[in-house]
Parts: sequence; C-alpha cells; structure tokens
Amino acid sequence: MSTGSLEYSPRRVGAMVRRYWYLLRSSWPRILDLIYWPTVQMLMWGFLQLYVSQSSSMFARAGGIFIGAVILWDVLFRGQLGFSISFLEEMYSHNLANLMMSPLRPVEFISALMIMSIIRLLIGMIPVSLLAIAFFGFNVWTLGFALAAFFANLILTSWSVGIFVAGLLLRNGMGAESMAWTIMFLFLPLTCVYYPVTVLPHWLQYVAWSLPPTYVFEGMRALVIDDVFRADLMIEAFAFNIVLFAAASLAFMALLHSARVQGSLLQGGE
Amino acid sequence: MSETAIAVERLVKRYKGTTAVDGISFALPAGSITGLLGGNGAGKTTTIAMIMGLVVPTSGTVTVLGSQMPQERYRVLQRMNFESPYVDMPSRLTVWQNLSVFAQLYGVADIEARIASLAADLDLTEFLHRLNGKLSSGQKTRVSLAKALLNEPEVLLLDEPTASLDPDTADWVRGRLETYRRAHNATILLASHNMTEVERLCERVIIMKAGRIEDDDTPANLLTRHGRRTLEEVFLDVARGRAREAAQ
Repeated sequence: MSTGSLEYSPRRVGAMVRRYWYLLRSSWPRILDLIYWPTVQMLMWGFLQLYVSQSSSMFARAGGIFIGAVILWDVLFRGQLGFSISFLEEMYSHNLANLMMSPLRPVEFISALMIMSIIRLLIGMIPVSLLAIAFFGFNVWTLGFALAAFFANLILTSWSVGIFVAGLLLRNGMGAESMAWTIMFLFLPLTCVYYPVTVLPHWLQYVAWSLPPTYVFEGMRALVIDDVFRADLMIEAFAFNIVLFAAASLAFMALLHSARVQGSLLQGGE
Repeated sequence: MSETAIAVERLVKRYKGTTAVDGISFALPAGSITGLLGGNGAGKTTTIAMIMGLVVPTSGTVTVLGSQMPQERYRVLQRMNFESPYVDMPSRLTVWQNLSVFAQLYGVADIEARIASLAADLDLTEFLHRLNGKLSSGQKTRVSLAKALLNEPEVLLLDEPTASLDPDTADWVRGRLETYRRAHNATILLASHNMTEVERLCERVIIMKAGRIEDDDTPANLLTRHGRRTLEEVFLDVARGRAREAAQ
C-alpha cells in the first residue's frame, strides 16, 4: 500500500501544510489574531509619527519612517511567531510522537513550518499594509525590489530563530514555551528598529552589526530618509543570515538528537 | 523458519543514573503477536520507543525489518506504525482531516478509498467529519487505530491499546487487531497491563521488571510452569516472588 521515496518529499511537506491550514481555517479568532495586533501597532506608531512630524522637520521629511519600521518589525516578529506557533500546536495536541514515528523527516517538518510562517504573515501583513495607505498615505508596496530584499532577509532571520526555538522545545518540552513568545524581543533594542545604530553605546554597536535585521532597518531608513537603496547592507545581511541559518539548523539537529537520547520525544510536550 | 521482524540484542537505556532497560534481548518472528507485560516503570514503553527509533539506546541494538534503529529508521518507518492512548491526534481537526494528513505522510496511494475502507472496518463512517476533540475515548481509540493501520504496517507497536476503554469496546478492538494480523501477517508487539488482553491475543509473553526480562514464554507454558490458572497470577508471582526473595 505504501509508496514514496526515502528522500526529501514535497508530498509530506504538503501534508503538514494542509494540517496547519485546516487548523488555521477552523477558527476565525486565530485568523483575526493574525491581523489584530499588527494593526494596533501600525496605528499607534502612525499617529505618533504624525505628532512628532509636526515639531520635527526631519520626521516631516521622512514620512512613514515609523510605520515602515513597525511593518518590517512585524515581518521579523510575526515570521518567527508563525513558525513557532505551528510547532507549538503539535506540543499542545500531544501529536509530536505520531509525527516523529512517521516517515516525516526533520527537514520536511521545518519546510512546512517555514511555509506556514509565510502564509500566516501574509494573512496579517497585507491588510495592515492597506490600512497604512488608508490612514497615513504610506504605501510600503512602492518600495518594490527593496521591500523584497528587506522581506527576504527578515524572514530568513525569523526562520533561524524559529528553528532554534523548535529545537529547544523538542529538547526541553513546554518548559521552553516562553522562549517561543519572547525570544524575538531581544532583537527589538539590539537591531535598532526605531533608531539608528549610532544611538547605541559604541561596544553595543558591534553586537547590533552582528545581527542581520540591523542592516535591514538601517537600509529602510536610508531609503525613506535619503531615498537611497543600500544594496551593500542587504548583501551583508544576507551573508550573516546564511551563517545564522546554518548555526540554527545545526543547533536544531543537535537538540533533536539530545531529545532522542533523553527520551523527551516520548513525553509529548510535558 | 520464519523471518525475524524485530530483533533486540543486549539493549540498555540509562537516564542520568536510572537504568530503564537493562540488557534485554528477544527476537520476534514475522507474523507473530507478542505481549510485553510489566508494572509501571518496568521499561515497556522505553523498549517500544527504542524499537520505534524515538529513543536512542545507551548500548545494544534494535533491528526492525532488517534495518538498525534509530540510524536506519527512514528505511522502515513507512512499513511500521504505532498506537497509544497517550499520544493524541489533533483535536481541532476532523477525523477525516487527521487521517488524510497521516495517509499523505505515509504515502498511501488512494487516500479516499483507504480511509473509507478503514472507516467501514472500524465503524467510524458516521464520525468522519466530526472534530477529533468531540469524540468519546472509545471513538478516539478507534481513530488512533485507523491511523495506525493506514499504511497497512508490517510491524505494529501498541502501547496499552485498550487502556481506559469499556470492556465491550476493548474486546471489539482486540477482535479487529486479531483480524488485521491474520489478514496481513503483521508482527504485533503489545505493551499492556491488561492480562486478559494479553492472554487472549498473544502467542508469546515477555514479562519485564525493573528493566529486565523476568520471563519469556507462551501463555500456556507460563501457566504450566508457574502452576497457575491465569496470567495475572503468574505476573503477581513474578513481581512479588522476587520481592520476597530479596526480603529474605
């Protein structure tokens, strides 16, 4: 009855995406939740921008700098959350042993989580970007290729963090759940989402420049304030992302092996 | 002589100073049905988990259908399956959604037909479009059993498959397992606390205690050797007899 190759299988990835899609569409509060908080954030920062721009010529000139920052921050934050929440669903439903016992390979599982993070992100971010046009006249889509470069770099970082958190959850069970919700907030001050890197103390700037999103937020400010697309920053961000993604994947495999040694997979998330 | 489906040799699992499984060995021929008996903490679940490749042994080897576990697990996982009441199916998906996702994971060729056939066999047809979370425990067990049989496994591992079921449903499940084993010449390893279940289903019984095999024979031979009428009495002899010896 059974068929199928032993190698990477798009069919198995498709099965997992279908599983998460069924779950998402079964609950309208889950879908609403994807849109609600990004909308609140965008409105708050948008109105703050309006207020600040009344007394600052720099902010008046660089319309949308805060809105652009908050939209890109949400790509980073929601990208990781979309990845981690899909993974957590398996822990909540005690389904992990079923999956680990099935022919599903870790790389296929991770691929499905990446696809779901993009789907969840798009459900949340498209309405928010349209509301930003309606309320503040800020059209993030006019950034064109730059937006694609920003998005690609931020989503890569969010996947790396999501993969690492999934490894921690496999190894430590629900004791590591809070990491899934909070780990990205460490990036908020360090990647200089709302201010330039030069604001940080000198020593902390080295830390900031070792994180790929810092290049994206600096690049966004260069584009909005100076109307310059800094391709060099995007290339550097991509190089750091490759290193981060490789490190997260290695950490995940090591944590998965450790979970098999410690018997954590049997406990189904306890 | 029949081919060996599962071979366990000098298998040991230690967790931070605790020995869960302590040097056990056994071989199960293809098409056999074997009961793994033991009290809480005897090492049954850990043994099954090592056979599934979920847990890495400290030492020793496990071979399933000719592949070493867990190193070569992706060669055989498509030919195995398991069922346990302690591992759930997602509760917010319908029975059909859950089964079709797992069918796709296992590479089942005609998913619709396979689910319809299993639903008819396991009396699930009327529940197929109900959320898994809305089912009774008996219905959930049948869904888990359907999931375990989706890929027509050659090796089926069951961890207390009838725990928390009423006697009627439990008996019904045992009947289905017997039918499946006969029809597919499947190898079944069944961990259980339920002596009646083991007595009815199994042609061989392995009794574990504190990570070791205390006895291993057919139910009839165990009853004769121990001079008892039921496996429950044999089990109590093994558990308490050793305890008395230790006390003396």
